[in-house]
Amino acid sequence: MNIGLPHFLTVSAALFSLGLFGVMARRNTVAILMGVELMLNASNLNFVAFSRYVQHGIDGQIMAAFVIVLAAAEAAVALAIVLALYRNYGSVHADTAQSLKR
Amino acid sequence: MIRDLVFVLLALLTVVPAVWVVFSKHIVHAGFALLFTLMGVAGLYAFLGADFLAVTQVMVYVGGVLVLILFTVMMTHVPAAGRRRHGLDRYVPPAVFAAAVFGVLYKVITAVDWRATEGPTRATTAEIGTQLMTNYIFPFEYVSLVLLAAMIGAAILIRERSHAGADEDENQEARP
Repeated sequence: MNIGLPHFLTVSAALFSLGLFGVMARRNTVAILMGVELMLNASNLNFVAFSRYVQHGIDGQIMAAFVIVLAAAEAAVALAIVLALYRNYGSVHADTAQSLKR
Repeated sequence: MIRDLVFVLLALLTVVPAVWVVFSKHIVHAGFALLFTLMGVAGLYAFLGADFLAVTQVMVYVGGVLVLILFTVMMTHVPAAGRRRHGLDRYVPPAVFAAAVFGVLYKVITAVDWRATEGPTRATTAEIGTQLMTNYIFPFEYVSLVLLAAMIGAAILIRERSHAGADEDENQEARP
């Protein structure tokens, strides 16, 4: 077995699919956020793998660094929202926040 | 040979805990499984020759995001009695969809000729720094603005309301 680009892409696809399942199936908002983090990590892995195997440059790594920064910012805001949700509804489940439906 | 073994171990370290993250009933267990997944991804970065990114991944994700997640889990404890029981059938449509996405991605990965050749391995930190200060200077500045906005937004979202403000709010809006 010669480790190449397809192996990394397969690992990344598995991570992305698992994250997608987590976002769609879980009700706990923190678990949904974990699914989003898995998907972002999968995309980062793709950036770095393509950067090494196809472009031979460093642009993919810089893009991955930006994605990491944005993921950190997103996590901070999302967890603040989770705390506000918990304070107002006493629950962190995504389907308890339905005041706008009424 | 050793290279293959290292890759397989890193891939398993990444994917197996990710399964646990998604399926675990206990959110704390999911958080600690996420730790292993993030470390596995950092290892894969190192395997790909991205030394700076591997260290950044450990520092930002494991040192920052994961600690935030675990703190949030601790501050928002949902008692077991309050959890509603659901059948397994609500997991079926997401599982089918996610499996279909993986199938399509895997088909594309194996079908396309990527013309992949392995690039050179070199230290990347100095080059990333140079690029950030030259070609990527505007994204770099924008990202600092985004971080500032996220910091202010998070602080405003979780602040305790002052008493005067709370009274006004309670008069004006009906609480659920």
